Formats: sequence, C-alpha cells, structure tokens
Amino acid sequence: MSVQTGSNNAPERYYNYAYLDEQTKRMIRRAILKALAIPGYQVPFGSREMPVPYGWGTGGIQLTAAIVGPDDVYKCIDQGADDTTNAVSIRQFFAKVADVETTEDTSEATIIQSRHRVPEKPLKAGQVMVLQVPQPEPLRFLEPRETETRAMHAYEEYGLQYVALYERVARVGRINAGAGHPVMVEERYLMSPSPIPAFDNPKLGFSEAIYLLGAGREKRIYAVPPYTRVRSLDFEDHPFAVQTWDENCALCGADDAYLDEVVLDDQGAKMYVCSDSHHCAERREAGHVGPMAGHQLAQAEKEPAQ
Amino acid sequence: MSAALELEKIQPAFADPVRESQIAFRKIMEAVARPGTRADFGSDLHPPAGLGAAAANVALALLDFETPVWLDPALRGTDAEAWVRFHCGCPLTVDPAAAAFAIVTDAKTAPRLDSFNLGDARYPDRSTTVILQVESLDDGEAVILSGPGVKDVIAVAPSGLPETFWGQMQDNNAKFQFGVDVLIVSGSALTAVPRSSNIQIQGG
Repeated sequence: MSVQTGSNNAPERYYNYAYLDEQTKRMIRRAILKALAIPGYQVPFGSREMPVPYGWGTGGIQLTAAIVGPDDVYKCIDQGADDTTNAVSIRQFFAKVADVETTEDTSEATIIQSRHRVPEKPLKAGQVMVLQVPQPEPLRFLEPRETETRAMHAYEEYGLQYVALYERVARVGRINAGAGHPVMVEERYLMSPSPIPAFDNPKLGFSEAIYLLGAGREKRIYAVPPYTRVRSLDFEDHPFAVQTWDENCALCGADDAYLDEVVLDDQGAKMYVCSDSHHCAERREAGHVGPMAGHQLAQAEKEPAQ
Repeated sequence: MSAALELEKIQPAFADPVRESQIAFRKIMEAVARPGTRADFGSDLHPPAGLGAAAANVALALLDFETPVWLDPALRGTDAEAWVRFHCGCPLTVDPAAAAFAIVTDAKTAPRLDSFNLGDARYPDRSTTVILQVESLDDGEAVILSGPGVKDVIAVAPSGLPETFWGQMQDNNAKFQFGVDVLIVSGSALTAVPRSSNIQIQGG
C-alpha cells in the first residue's frame, strides 16, 4: 500500500506520522474527547516515552502528535518566546515528524503549544491551545495521595483548597500565587491552569479556542472547551487580580502585556520587555516605540525560527 | 459473535488510515468541543449497509482492541458487524453497561441511555460514548442546547428519536459528572451532545 501520508522525507522516516503509533493516538484522542465532555476533569492516559525527558513538554507533545495533520500551522512557545531552545526544538520536531508548517505568528497558527504563557493576541475559533503541564493536580501539595484527591474531585470536596488560599492571605496579605493560580471550571471541577501566570487565567474562560492540557509524567489530559466558565479562586474581600507593572515594555511600549524583567548589568540596570516575543515584534513593526527601542535585545529576536 | 469473518465480503475502509483518521478525529473533536454544531465527513467512505459515513468515520477513528463495542441488534450478524470487527479489531459486547462505545442505529428500540455505562464517581471518563444514527439531523423536534462549548444557545433537531429521548438526555445532564456522551450522526453529518450540555425542550 502506498503511504500517502508520507512526504519528501518519508524514506528517512522510520516511524509513524507524527511520531506516535496509531493505537496510541487513538487512545489519546479518546481521552481528549472525554476531557472535553467533562471540562476540567483529569482523564488518565497511557503516557508514552517521548524523545525528550519528562519536564520538557512530553504531555503537550503527545497531545499535539495526536491532533496534528499536515494542513496545520504550528507555533510553539516557551515562556512567551518563540526562539528559546525548548520551543525551537519542539517546533523542529513536529516540522520533521508531522510535515507541519511552523510559524511564530499567533494569528496564523492552528495549534499553539506552550508551557508558561497564553499569547497576548486573543485566540479564535479553529485554534487549539496545547498547554504542557508539570503537575495537573491542584490539590497535590495539600494531599499527596492520588486516591484521596480523586475522591475530593469526585465529591467536590474543595474546602482544603480554600483553607490553603486563606493561609496565603493570612501570611502574605494577598491571594495571588503568581503562576498556576487554581480555577473552577463550570463551578464543578477544580483545575490547575498549568504554570501560566495569573495574568493569563482570564484568557481561559469564554475563549473561542479549545484548550487542551497534557501532563506526560503525571499521565493526565484535561481540557477547557470554548465558551466555558472558568473562575479563578478568590475571596469576596480578597478578589482575584492579575499582575500589573509600573513600567511599559521597553521595546514596544505596551502597557497591557505581560512583562519579563531583564537584568542588563551588575550595576542594577534592568529593563522590562514583553514576554510574548511575537506580540512585541509585531507591535514594533507597526511603529510602536518603547523607551529603550533599538536595544540589542530587539535585534536578537529578528532571527528566523528555523 | 466470534464466528470467523468472511474476508472476501468485507469492504475497504480508509485508503490512508493515518491521514484520514486524523482528519476524522479533528472534526469529531471540534464537534464535541462545540456541542450542536455540525461536522461533515464527506462521501469518500462507503461503509456497508446499516452504517452511515459519519458513524463509520467515528468507528474507524476511535475504536480498537481497547474499546468494547455495543452494536445495535439490527447490525448484529450483518456485513456492518463484520466490517467493524475487521477494520477496528474491537471486542463486541451485548451488555450496554460494559461498552466503551455503542453504535445505535434504531433509536426507538435502543436501551435507555442510563443502561449504558455512566462512569465512576472518581473516573467519569469511563462512561459509554453513544454513536446514535438517526434519519436526519434536521427534521425533528428542536431542542435548545447551552453550556460549555456553546456561545449562547444552539438548536438541534434530529429526527427519528423516541419521544422520551430528550427527557433521558436531560436526566443524563442532571447526573453530571456521570453520564454518556452522545454523537448524533446521520449520513455523513455529525453533531455532538456531550453530558455537559444543558437541554431545554421547547414547549416542554
């Protein structure tokens, strides 16, 4: 039988399309459908050995491998950047094993894989956001036994989580965890949004795109369908709030983006730049200028993705 | 039910299983993520009598040796059964509660939805996915869906369903996190009503 899925590099490819074998993909696909039907619930799946270590995005890679086709356009970011080592190598991996076109442009991507960030540009229908999750269980640091956390989710026993948040308020005076702030999905399942900053939590709710979250080492898949209620946990007197900065992006001047602090020397000089590298580059191209525009950091980001 | 298959009678499935099952899955995924919307699988696939193109695409994309399948009695012993067994390699079961997937082709004689596997409190993902083949997705009594995946509300109106069907679906939704997930198919078209969808019966 001729292999129509093959491509230019088919003779050198001694493994199946998109790396995983078909039975594994079917197993992951079934888990994805159940995850979408029960928003926020962690579906166990038979996570496979991948050609990168656990912690490098094996959950997200398996999700992408199960859904990707040659017509997709794939974007991969680490923190917000397209050009970090992990992002570049995962992007090259899928270009090689799945013949997929890659991009840095959020708006042309159909699959966006990420660990720490959701792009600044609002996602739209037809896009799938794949998040790599290190610890899918929001209750794990409060209750180490999986049998117990399963039961807590089954019977919606989330008091312990609120106690933990209260303790945080009592100790440091505010509720924010910074990254991985727990959310309630459709007022039923408590969910870890993966280590995205609390800044990105509001993007999960009522999005037009599908969110798939995968934890390779912990062997869990969960999902947030489009137009789903996602509420970041808080208290009436300590409402949930996202991070804000006194500075604007030093390169593009953005005042509404998530900023990274960059240390410039050992004299205390620093700058704040957009974490989302494509968002920042696009704004600079459109003529937006920040206080340190033209800095050499802006040049570094012009290197092509591949 | 475990009789040897007559292989010469079995019609082909996907010409390119890898590519076509990926395309089929993405359509199913979008449909499940957006209840009430329509997916269409085209007419490239020619499954045996009793199975429409959409049901056949779902079967080829999702069934294998890990998924016990409950087949509608109308399909048992037919070419359709042999086709599913051969191409999917799935075990068959006559116990609805043991099924990972159910293929229902006659909704009027099918067991009640709650006789399928509704999942475990700790593992609600173990419930049955019901592939429900109906005459048409358009000409029946309209019901209104809302909930996750639906922007405001969306109407679906499949025909050929028993009168009690949408009541059963409301009960199914009320039991959330338990419940079956239903893929309603007709010909090459599919629309999904997962357990998370709230159902409003008009005039009811």
